[in-house]
Amino acid sequence: MSGALARRPWPVRLARGVIFAIITVWTLFPIYYMLTLSFTRTAELFRPGYFVAHPTLESYRFIVFQESVFVKFFWRWMANSVVVAAATMLIVLAVAALGSFALGRIRFGGARFISGLTLFTYIIPASFLSIPFFKIIGDYNLLDSFWALIAAMVTFASPYALWVMWDYSKTIPVEIDESAAIDGAGVFTVFARIYLPLVLPTLIAIGTYAFFFAWNEYLYAVLFLQSEEKFTLPISMGTFLTGDDAPWNLLMAISTVYAIPPVVFYYVFRRYLTTGLVSGAVQGT
Amino acid sequence: MANGTARARVAAGGLGRSAWAAAGALAPSRRNLYGYLFSLPLLALFAAFVAYPLYFVVTEAFDRYTYEVLFSDPIYVQTVVNTIAYVGIAVNVKLFLALLLSGLLQSDSRGTRFLSAIFLLPWAVPVLPGILSIRWMLSSQWGIMNLLVEDAGFPPVHWLASRWMAIGALIVFHIWKYLPFWTVIFLAGRRGIPRELYEAAAIDGASAVQNFRFVTFPMLKGLYLICTLLSMVFTLGDFTNVWLLTGGAPGDSTHVLATLAYRYTFQMGKIDWGMGVFATALPVTLLFIFVLIKKIR
Repeated sequence: MSGALARRPWPVRLARGVIFAIITVWTLFPIYYMLTLSFTRTAELFRPGYFVAHPTLESYRFIVFQESVFVKFFWRWMANSVVVAAATMLIVLAVAALGSFALGRIRFGGARFISGLTLFTYIIPASFLSIPFFKIIGDYNLLDSFWALIAAMVTFASPYALWVMWDYSKTIPVEIDESAAIDGAGVFTVFARIYLPLVLPTLIAIGTYAFFFAWNEYLYAVLFLQSEEKFTLPISMGTFLTGDDAPWNLLMAISTVYAIPPVVFYYVFRRYLTTGLVSGAVQGT
Repeated sequence: MANGTARARVAAGGLGRSAWAAAGALAPSRRNLYGYLFSLPLLALFAAFVAYPLYFVVTEAFDRYTYEVLFSDPIYVQTVVNTIAYVGIAVNVKLFLALLLSGLLQSDSRGTRFLSAIFLLPWAVPVLPGILSIRWMLSSQWGIMNLLVEDAGFPPVHWLASRWMAIGALIVFHIWKYLPFWTVIFLAGRRGIPRELYEAAAIDGASAVQNFRFVTFPMLKGLYLICTLLSMVFTLGDFTNVWLLTGGAPGDSTHVLATLAYRYTFQMGKIDWGMGVFATALPVTLLFIFVLIKKIR
């Protein structure tokens, strides 16, 4: 392909270069701006510029030592985010492993029906269910409990996880199950001793997918978690918008810290995340 | 490629042999028992957190009073217009650009590899940092957009202070955030087109435009349609982006369905109206979902 490229006339190559430059600026600018603000002194925050005149780590220091009312529970929020995400991850892995085994390996009469339900859950906008979901959680007195948020996250993250695992399990020959069954292994033994070890590579990718699915959630977190000590990071970031005098440099520093783990993950696993369903509409909106 | 695997999946699910049946270890009735047992967590989640909430929304759809209230509320009508504009414009412009860009990124030069890598950033960065950054960029007093505008010699613009400017900003953000993802999807689709087709076209002396028209587009048509429907359904339910960028302001003129439902429910205490908003969108949504399920399987 690159040979073909070199043979193209210069106006084409120039146009290509210009388009690439535009895309690069378009893509990076908001991220550049976020980083810039996070290194800006509060005194200079309200004097906009293209560069940071006097870069400082002041905002990051405020966060780490929780020295501002806006971040007085920063580490708590971080811990809450991690707890919710980790619990979501573990439960999604269990649900998806069991479900993909049922659909792909046992292949029983209801498999088509169940795969339809998972697709439905995957496609329907989660927000459409949010208000009745909120009502149900309220009826069970589970508001302000992490379990409410975890339940929602598991519900919406499981379908995709299941489809990826199911897809992967097709590369494992059924003969392995057959010979184990002939040797007298029961369904549970095959699941635990044969299926799980073989789908291990996807468990890692799917587990991190589920982790960051919950890590990124805003709507359900805002609905369910109400007291400040229970906030996850996205909720705490949303509260900055209530006041005009909010320290945006601090907010952008939190944003940066909060964005680094998922960015690393998406780059490491991007192959897994863009294949799979339809061709894997992971988190697109 | 994507369609191929989906079709293979259907074939395998419907007719493929089952390990247990082949080994003669399990009678069909026992297979059903184990099958449902292993899918039990999934079924329970679906029943409790999808079907049951949906039941509330659907029953709300049969309440005439809710309709009367909603349809006579000018803000509701405005919101429907906003949502159609947002979904219609943002999704279609985004996917069309994604289709073009995937062609540009298909070649394997050093430039495209660099671009493919950084291009994914908006998708990898969570929603909140992105939207908050854009919101501050558009601040009329302190944002960098007005610095640019003023340096170019124009008076400052109040970006989020008028309805259509705010919705325009929302559309631009949507494209910024989700274009990379769909470009990667189309890129995978293009890579799945057999090379022989292009070779045959080259022998016939096809131009680049003819290549696209007679080979690429017919091969990607199915994928493009699925992506359009899927992205439209997802975007129809968007809450976070709208809530954090405009919050419905100015004067509740920039709401979309989800943010209006939130306003009715939590700011006005009318949970029936909140669910009613979703109920009115349900027929279209369910239609899209069923078409999609049929196409994906």
